[in-house]
Amino acid sequence: MSIAAALPGRAAGNPGIAIGGALTLALLLTAALSLLWTPYSPYAIDVPHRLALPSMRHWFGTDALGRDVVSMLMVGAQNSILVGVIAVSVGLLAGTALGALAAARRGWVEEAAMRLADFTFAFPAILSAIMLTALLGAGIVNSIVAIGIFNVPIFARVTRGSAKAVWQRDFVLAARAAGRAPLGITLVHVLPNILSALIVQATIQFANAILWEAALAYLGLGTQPPQPSWGRMLNDAQAQLFQAPWLALFPGVAIMLAVLGLNLLGDGLRDLYDPRMARR
Amino acid sequence: MGGFLLRRCAGFAATLIAASAIVFLVMEVLPGNAAQVMLGPEAPAETVRALTQKLGLDRPPLARYLGWVEGMARGDLGESYAYATPAGDLVAQSLSLTLPLAALAMALNTALGLALGLYAAQHHNRPGDVAIMGMSQIGIALPTFWLAILLILLFAVELGWFPAGGFPGWGGGLWPGLRALILPAVALAAVQGAILARVTRAAALDVMREDFVRTALAKGLSRGAVLRRHVLRNAMIPIVTVLGLQFSNLLVLTIVVENVFSLPGLGHLILNAIANRDLVVVRDVVMLLAAMVVAVNFLVDLLYAAIDPRLSLRGP
Repeated sequence: MSIAAALPGRAAGNPGIAIGGALTLALLLTAALSLLWTPYSPYAIDVPHRLALPSMRHWFGTDALGRDVVSMLMVGAQNSILVGVIAVSVGLLAGTALGALAAARRGWVEEAAMRLADFTFAFPAILSAIMLTALLGAGIVNSIVAIGIFNVPIFARVTRGSAKAVWQRDFVLAARAAGRAPLGITLVHVLPNILSALIVQATIQFANAILWEAALAYLGLGTQPPQPSWGRMLNDAQAQLFQAPWLALFPGVAIMLAVLGLNLLGDGLRDLYDPRMARR
Repeated sequence: MGGFLLRRCAGFAATLIAASAIVFLVMEVLPGNAAQVMLGPEAPAETVRALTQKLGLDRPPLARYLGWVEGMARGDLGESYAYATPAGDLVAQSLSLTLPLAALAMALNTALGLALGLYAAQHHNRPGDVAIMGMSQIGIALPTFWLAILLILLFAVELGWFPAGGFPGWGGGLWPGLRALILPAVALAAVQGAILARVTRAAALDVMREDFVRTALAKGLSRGAVLRRHVLRNAMIPIVTVLGLQFSNLLVLTIVVENVFSLPGLGHLILNAIANRDLVVVRDVVMLLAAMVVAVNFLVDLLYAAIDPRLSLRGP
């Protein structure tokens, strides 16, 4: 039996993957459904029914402007996924290129690439977002750029670490002896062999991106109203903490479940790809 | 050892210079005329020209950069445009809240993370371990600012044990100030502590498989003594790495948590500065935070050498 065929069987025995996969699937399906249907429009203001308690009409109640909380949460899922996917893709593309270059060239190129990565760590996502917002005004693009930049060194380190190990293998030596150029070896031999490590890291970084996006939106530095976002909803809810404390629960639970799902999935995939870790 | 120290110090200085260059480029060169950004697009040309001169923006960029760095070295951060006071005073005042908050959160985080992680490692795969790992998985998924809001709901709104926000200052003694910082520190520490507990557990489990641990147990040392003297000391490298990252995280997350509790710290200062387009303050606070992050990484590097002297003997 090939390794690929054995994976589903091993996944079934891993509750982390099952729970994480289900939560992640629920997140994606919610966002997809919200493109077609939401109970109400998330932008529809209905002041007479503001701060309604959860009921059959409004399952999670309404906010201070009478907007339906379920509808806002559903559209907010789109927002989190959008920021997460773009920011992680930016980090993945730039970081993997940097890390693969460092592993292939060694010497001063490696030193320079990794110094660049180290140095990016001096600017956590919130600091970059603050600088961008001070210059350009707040907006969703800032959060994507800021989170993307912070993802670059993370992927660069993972790629370099795993790629260096692949470069030591005999089949790479054979390819070099056969006269293949470093770029060809990187594309044909190195990248396919580190793909699993990158997928695991991308899953975890997706979870982190959702957390950062929520924090930036909460601070007013990211997604702007009326576009619904989970972080922004929590900011609004805080203003109503005394009259309508339940409003502060739903968006937080949504963030928590989304992040928990992606983290469990990432950890589970790591165990699956690297069974030595699983025996802990 | 001398060469190691020298290399690390050079790296530290180079990173600081690079970081300051980036902050300067983004905040002062990219926007074209920073005075225009601060005053907004509708400002009359004369006002813009006056502010340009007042801020010295008509000088060449390199001269301005050197002047800025030299001023920072002297502790002079320039003048806040919005408050018309030295930015250094504003920063110093904010730090008197943010630094104790970060330190308190860091202490709670370390105590919580190490205790839970070591307990879990010691009871590997038993109910206590499973419960701690399950809770930490949830803790990692919590947005810090949401936990902060929940803490306000429970301990301030429902129980009334702690204030829901605001800061009385240190003038009225230690306790009133500390009382205002406990909920924010708990919110910060709980999430980071969950991460630290997982790292500590994994690092301790790695060491516990080593022969010298079995030897120590076999010669009759108590489990506690083995844990403290052999396991923890050898598991220190990954733990210190994570602690360094967490301190940077905590500094940045205080910006968010201060906002939840309306605390007048660095986060409050920088968000107000953004709202007022006070670029001088934004630039200086971003630089300060970036410098603190770089300094912590540098200290972690030095700590590695103290924990494991072999590291300083090896080449780069």
